[in-house]
Amino acid sequence: MADAQSIPAGASAGGSVAVAAESTVATRMSAPPSFDVADFPVPHGREEEWRFTPLERLRGLHDGTAVADGSLKADLTLPAGVTATTVGRDDPRIGRAGKPVDRVAAQAFSSFEKATVVTVPAEAVLADPVRLVLHGEGGATFGHTIIEIGAFAEAVIVVDHTGDAVRSANVEFQIGDGAKVTFVSVQDWADTAVHCSQHSVSVGRDATFKSVVVTFGGDLVRIHPHIEFAGPGGEAELYGLYFTDNGQHHEHRLLVDHNQPNCRSNVAYKGALQGRDAHAVWIGDVLIRAAATGTDTYELNRNLVLTDGARVDSVPNLEIETGEIVGAGHASATGRFEDEQLFYLMARGIPADEARRLVVRGFFAELVQQIGVPDVEERLVAKLQAELEASIA
Amino acid sequence: MATLEINDLHVSVDAEGGPTEILRGVDLTVKQGETHAIMGPNGSGKSTLAYSLAGHPKYTVTGGTVTLDGEDVLAMSVDERARAGVFLAMQYPVEVPGVSVSNFLRTSATAVRGEAPKLRTWVKEVKEAMARLEMDPAFAERNVNEGFSGGEKKRHEILQLELLRPKVAILDETDSGLDIDALRIVSEGVNRVRESGQVGTLLITHYTRILRYIKPDHVHVFAAGRVVESGGAELADKLEAEGYEQYTKGGGAS
Repeated sequence: MADAQSIPAGASAGGSVAVAAESTVATRMSAPPSFDVADFPVPHGREEEWRFTPLERLRGLHDGTAVADGSLKADLTLPAGVTATTVGRDDPRIGRAGKPVDRVAAQAFSSFEKATVVTVPAEAVLADPVRLVLHGEGGATFGHTIIEIGAFAEAVIVVDHTGDAVRSANVEFQIGDGAKVTFVSVQDWADTAVHCSQHSVSVGRDATFKSVVVTFGGDLVRIHPHIEFAGPGGEAELYGLYFTDNGQHHEHRLLVDHNQPNCRSNVAYKGALQGRDAHAVWIGDVLIRAAATGTDTYELNRNLVLTDGARVDSVPNLEIETGEIVGAGHASATGRFEDEQLFYLMARGIPADEARRLVVRGFFAELVQQIGVPDVEERLVAKLQAELEASIA
Repeated sequence: MATLEINDLHVSVDAEGGPTEILRGVDLTVKQGETHAIMGPNGSGKSTLAYSLAGHPKYTVTGGTVTLDGEDVLAMSVDERARAGVFLAMQYPVEVPGVSVSNFLRTSATAVRGEAPKLRTWVKEVKEAMARLEMDPAFAERNVNEGFSGGEKKRHEILQLELLRPKVAILDETDSGLDIDALRIVSEGVNRVRESGQVGTLLITHYTRILRYIKPDHVHVFAAGRVVESGGAELADKLEAEGYEQYTKGGGAS
């Protein structure tokens, strides 16, 4: 699947491993992280962090012309013991998990009026997920959400995005020591929606953060999970699954900053693309700082291109400042739906459409099994099925 | 009675210098219950014949006809051919990641039989067929051909042959790469299907070894893209003794 011939025209699947004295992930950004949108120049499209994104489709989120004129219906379901409060901009918890790293995230930070803080108390083991359904009712909105997880708590948080919106939002996870958190973010927007979101995660000592990012909908979706460790022994598992159709732009940019010793990270994102002008971008930056001895990290991105005209840009990037690690690796491959697989299945009587569905479901199966939240898995399989029925048939 | 009739079949593939003709007028008739061995040197076009009959898109039929009980096989898509009763056991079966053997077999049987087999009888049917081929039941949960050994791949092909019960079975070098135990197990599987009397078998092989286990009714020597000599089982003995040299001299033209 990784051979050069199978890479569609216009795709890049480069990768690099750099041994750097100073991080190039940091220096190649057009400005250092900041809470203030004014610290970021308006992007023109050639910046490293913007070169794959069609700025003209951001509906003004990048240049200050988008104003908060829209509405978004929020429906929050809290299991017993979990609290949610709405706080002003001066709440001391805001911004603890990290600063915005690009202009659109900083715009959201500079523009939100009230933040939502969801608190899972220490040692609480939730029987049910925290569920947040965000339904866009048109227009632009900016948001800020803080998920505060106490030490040794265990929680699943599921956020659903539906409807039409122009949305830029930051989500912070402040994860206490020894806690176990699963975060599922489903982007099931209407075809017209634009959504940019930075997930800033601070993983406590010996804590585990698992995220599952699922992107089906939207005109342009750009998700930026940004993981840092607040102490040694933490673990981050980052899974992603996207199905990019005709004309859609789905961009997932990950940064795992190994800034503490003895932490683990595992990244696996898989996408299927179909239709003319479907464009998926995956950037996987992993930084192993000098202090992060004993790091064990692996990242993988696989793309399955079902038809001509789709484009994938997949860029894994690993920067290592210490040799005292357990392991570090990355893999990226973009392949066509294989004619030989199709022939094999059809030679057993299976019609072409059904064969294609079988192969796509198989491609995603191992990721779906990683989610560990049964109702989300079932929904995902159903959604995938619907997506395949709609686009292949 | 099911009959596969191949008439003056010409097939070419696209090569760097333009289309190259591989099959140059193949004539062959395979009737239900018969076993035909097609033997020939490397590059004679044996596998091209197998893949052309199954409808692989790489091969272009430029002339001739193939019919199954009078129906035009060449007009059918790959899956239609399989549902009409043509089965190809492949020399190099492909991996299908994330698709389990059990899911694959059931999907395939549903397509070929025209309805989903009843779950209880189906599970028993698969289990018994696997046991006969000395396959571990855990095999059903593995992904199709992923990480299979050469012998496991071939057993899996014959398992499908037993479950799909075609009218015509084309076995493309099923014996290649098998040790003697695996060859025996796979051959016994083929013989069980043959003994039903319901299938015509086209056994494509480079070696005579498999013919000790599967006795052909007819043996055809294939060279330079066509059948150059036909006979009974005794022709295989002659090939065993003399090799293919007499057929390949002079650039393979007969």
